[in-house]
Amino acid sequence: MTTIPYLSLAIWIPILGGLLVLATGPDTNARMARMAALLTAILGFAVTIPLYVGFDAGTAAMQFSEMHSWIKHFNINYHLGIDGISLWFVLLNSFMTVIVVVAGWDSIRSRVAQYMAAFLIMSGLMNGIFSALDGVLFYIFFEASLIPLYLIIGVWGGANRVYAAFKFFLFTLAGSLLLLLALIYLYNTTGSFEILDWHKTPLAMGVQTLMFFAFLVAFGVKVPMWPIHTWLPDAHVEAPTGGSVILAAIALKLGAYGFVRFALPIVPDACREYSWFVIGLSLIAVVYIGFVALAQTDMKKLVAYSSVSHMGFVTLGFFMFNELGIEGALIQMISHGFISGAMFLCIGVLYDRMHSRQITDYGGVVNTMPKFAAFFMLFAMANAGLPGTSGFVGEFTVILGAMKVNFGIAFLAATTLILGAAYTLWMYKRVVFGEVANEKVAGLADINRREFFFLAVLALCVLAMGLYPFPFTEVMHASVSNLLESANSVKIPL
Amino acid sequence: MDMTTLYLLVPLAPLLGAIIAGLFGKQIGRTGAHCVAIAGVLISFIISVVIFQDVQAGNTFNGAVYTWMQAGGVNFEVGFLIDKLTVVMMLVVTFVSLMVHIYTIGYMSEDPGYQRFFSYISLFTFSMLMLVMSNNFLQLFFGWEAVGLVSYLLIGFWYKRPTAIYANLKAFLVNRVGDFGFLLGIALIVAFTGSLAYTDAFDSASRLAGMEVAGLGWPLLTTICICLFIGAMGKSAQVPLHVWLPDSMEGPTPISALIHAATMVTAGIFMVARMSPLFEFSEAALSFVLIIGATTALFMGFLGIVQNDIKRVVAYSTLSQLGYMTVALGASAYSAGVYHLMTHAFFKALLFLAAGSVIIAMHHEQDIRNMGGLRKYMPITWVTSLIGSLALIGTPFFSGFYSKDSIIMAVGQSSIFGSTYALLCVNIGVFVTAFYSFRMYFLVFHGEERFGKAHHGHDDGHHHGLAPGQKPHETPWVVTLPLILLAIPSVLIGFFTIGPMLGEGWFGSAIIDGAGFKAIADSLQSPLGLVLHGFMTPPFWLALAGVVTAWVFYLRKPELPAAIRSKFANIHTVLENKYYFDRFNEIVFAGGARKLGSSLWSKGEQGLIDGVGVSGSSRLVTLIARVTGLFQTGYLYQYAFTMIVGVFVLLTFWVFFS
Repeated sequence: MTTIPYLSLAIWIPILGGLLVLATGPDTNARMARMAALLTAILGFAVTIPLYVGFDAGTAAMQFSEMHSWIKHFNINYHLGIDGISLWFVLLNSFMTVIVVVAGWDSIRSRVAQYMAAFLIMSGLMNGIFSALDGVLFYIFFEASLIPLYLIIGVWGGANRVYAAFKFFLFTLAGSLLLLLALIYLYNTTGSFEILDWHKTPLAMGVQTLMFFAFLVAFGVKVPMWPIHTWLPDAHVEAPTGGSVILAAIALKLGAYGFVRFALPIVPDACREYSWFVIGLSLIAVVYIGFVALAQTDMKKLVAYSSVSHMGFVTLGFFMFNELGIEGALIQMISHGFISGAMFLCIGVLYDRMHSRQITDYGGVVNTMPKFAAFFMLFAMANAGLPGTSGFVGEFTVILGAMKVNFGIAFLAATTLILGAAYTLWMYKRVVFGEVANEKVAGLADINRREFFFLAVLALCVLAMGLYPFPFTEVMHASVSNLLESANSVKIPL
Repeated sequence: MDMTTLYLLVPLAPLLGAIIAGLFGKQIGRTGAHCVAIAGVLISFIISVVIFQDVQAGNTFNGAVYTWMQAGGVNFEVGFLIDKLTVVMMLVVTFVSLMVHIYTIGYMSEDPGYQRFFSYISLFTFSMLMLVMSNNFLQLFFGWEAVGLVSYLLIGFWYKRPTAIYANLKAFLVNRVGDFGFLLGIALIVAFTGSLAYTDAFDSASRLAGMEVAGLGWPLLTTICICLFIGAMGKSAQVPLHVWLPDSMEGPTPISALIHAATMVTAGIFMVARMSPLFEFSEAALSFVLIIGATTALFMGFLGIVQNDIKRVVAYSTLSQLGYMTVALGASAYSAGVYHLMTHAFFKALLFLAAGSVIIAMHHEQDIRNMGGLRKYMPITWVTSLIGSLALIGTPFFSGFYSKDSIIMAVGQSSIFGSTYALLCVNIGVFVTAFYSFRMYFLVFHGEERFGKAHHGHDDGHHHGLAPGQKPHETPWVVTLPLILLAIPSVLIGFFTIGPMLGEGWFGSAIIDGAGFKAIADSLQSPLGLVLHGFMTPPFWLALAGVVTAWVFYLRKPELPAAIRSKFANIHTVLENKYYFDRFNEIVFAGGARKLGSSLWSKGEQGLIDGVGVSGSSRLVTLIARVTGLFQTGYLYQYAFTMIVGVFVLLTFWVFFS
């Protein structure tokens, strides 16, 4: 075992690099800020690669662990580590940060240094969330990550950005206060902030129930689950492209990750008892939100709703309590990171040129932007879950897992096949196909090399994962069966 | 080279062609694009012939190429099953695809999207081959959706036309409805067998037949089969999921021949035949298949009679013939269904390509009322069209005769629920087929020349037609060569293959036919005997009557159709409106979904959750703040007064109650 603290590097390189970028100051140094940000992002991604290369898929134990005492009095530790589940999110997060820095390269022209710094710092904090094994450490990262995103929406956002930023902040803050209560209760019971210790702590049913609902609200807001999801469309619409990308690709995963790390293993009895409730909310997300997405006239809002609908598959898969369901859900999380990120980037490409997100302002884009249309087609198809793209893998596996539980659940979940195709391709048709709709569309320039680069990289990810998802699930198996074992165990003291 | 490498080369050669033509189309130019695409498909066809001989020699293969994913103890694999059913499909797909590739050089020669088109049709060939060569449900579904994608791209190939981009969205969504059922069927199989492999499902068929869907009490195997068949209904355009196929004619004609007639739309038929070991255990599912197929066969045929667009006549004919194939499946005569699939692929591709040839000659005029007398100007197209039409209506000795007769005989021996209805439908259908086929044939190639005149005022920009005085010409050799090459099997293949393939049970264990069909297989051994027998059965005379009626109506007494139309105006309106399926779907499903979406959005999201929930709580907070704020006035005398009152109240309490 190597002694290089890769996880700490993955957390602190982006944060310190971000501060450095911040130090470049005013926009006269924008070029330097961009270069420094890109270097930091690439370095941050590079240090996560050994995590995958050196990962031992044979064990469910935490790997690359780092343990330092932090606040002795309360037994709080700087304890990091990853398993086959969190590994992917550290990688995904560090990877998407590079994409976002490239994507914001010249579409952001004011306060460049601050913008880049906010993304880098957030990236480090998110890696902290995915690798923290201490409750307090987790909570601090979890809360701190709100701030950069809040600023990104509030400063670089659209016309209604203040409303959206507040809504985002208040929703998630309200949720995390309940999380804090649960964490403190767990500390009082066990005398430890070790998350892994909590996995083994017996808890009475009444306590489990209260804690389950605390977790449900705390993490459900982030996912977001119906009906506490309405902050998301507003946040997406107002956020700059990069903000939407990170929000969809990473921030939403925090909630889902919380279910895996906290709810399922800590309060398994309550999770099983109230699984019908989560399943119900997830199916509402899939079906109801699918219809709502159909009615959207704003492209970003449409993709935001489609995100909610796809994340419904994640929570649905977790609460099937079988491997197909959970691995499908995790795959869906990774895939959604690529696809929703790419969808928002595509909309950003259009927005940079037209300054409109309204579907009706477009039409016939393929005539002037054929390369763009080809990429957008691929991502739209991936969003509609076409086999051969990553979007299919997770949905398919979750539906297989759901069928093991109940025909009706699988039936409702599978409606996404129709709804997802309907809202995505209908939007595509109205935006891309047809005769050139107006003079602005006629004057559009096709994607430049920078845009081609980030869309092509994401396209490769979407296709690679769709054609060969084997490596993704391979490293999960041990951790997932370990998780299932806890989730299916009885923790009520006799 | 070992066989496994060859199997891999079959789909990969066209894929490579598609990638090169698609990504480097600009660099390699038009000639380069069609060369690589044709080379890919040609390699694929030649290897398919080699594999055919290998299978004929008794070698089959069932194995994985790579493990796609593992999860929950299920192996998700990509792999091949090469048996007699597979090789028939491989030959049909690669041969028709090759013909269409060559034809495209002529048909699309002036189109700016030339390279893109070649890329798409090669990609289609790859997808279709992956579908038919699969040994498991994952890859089947993969190919299934991939052909759907290419179909979507090709129907919308001329993406500026509003009708084309409407049609391709419609096709994709209707197919998704079918896929929805298909996916549930697959999921049920995985849930109860723990495997995606065909063989595991087939081995547990009898076990599944005794089980129920948990919680619902439905018989499991019947549910599985009906779910799978719903997928087939989408892809193979069976009523009521047929609505996308006529509109798919918005795509260029070569793909109408390849995708929407010869190969992709037969994927459903192939799939059910492949699943024959499952379907044989569920009589209820077979009855369902039979009734749907019979309805499609007859009622879609009727619609062919009132169409005036040359491609749409052929499209409705395709729907009707797919119905015949489905009927064969329902009657447990799966091999007869596949056999008709094969013969139909040749003569229907021929008819479509011939229609395309006519369209080129007519300068993109597609209305058969504006044609007539073309036989003088385009002899090759004329003769090959005649051959195609004769094969389609089941003229003795032509290939369509053998396949259609075996289907009708199979239905005759079937006794499951719905078989009487099906027998009636397929017999009347023979008359209808002959009538609409020869109506089109006479209107296009015989009679007076109606082209080069003022149009009927329906010119919407892309239907041009000949200028007055201009005469049509025969099309170039790249167009007529495929016609000739397809005409040969349309005439001959039935005569030479009916005996071995159906009479002697060539498919063997690849297809499990029902006992009833096996019993009559002996009578299918002699092609000559079948013809002699055919003269004594109704279908022959019905077909003849259909041709004669068409001749009377459209050559002898052209005033008759109008008279009949006005007499039966109601029926004609219903047919014109295609039984109102489109309008129903437009209002109920498309309109309903949009309305539901908008009302959930305005009432649920904006009204209830954001309005009452979010803004409500924020208003509540404001209200509480305002009320409590009333006490925080900042005036000292008010605080002092409140304090005095408070002290007074407390003292009173203390005095009176303690």
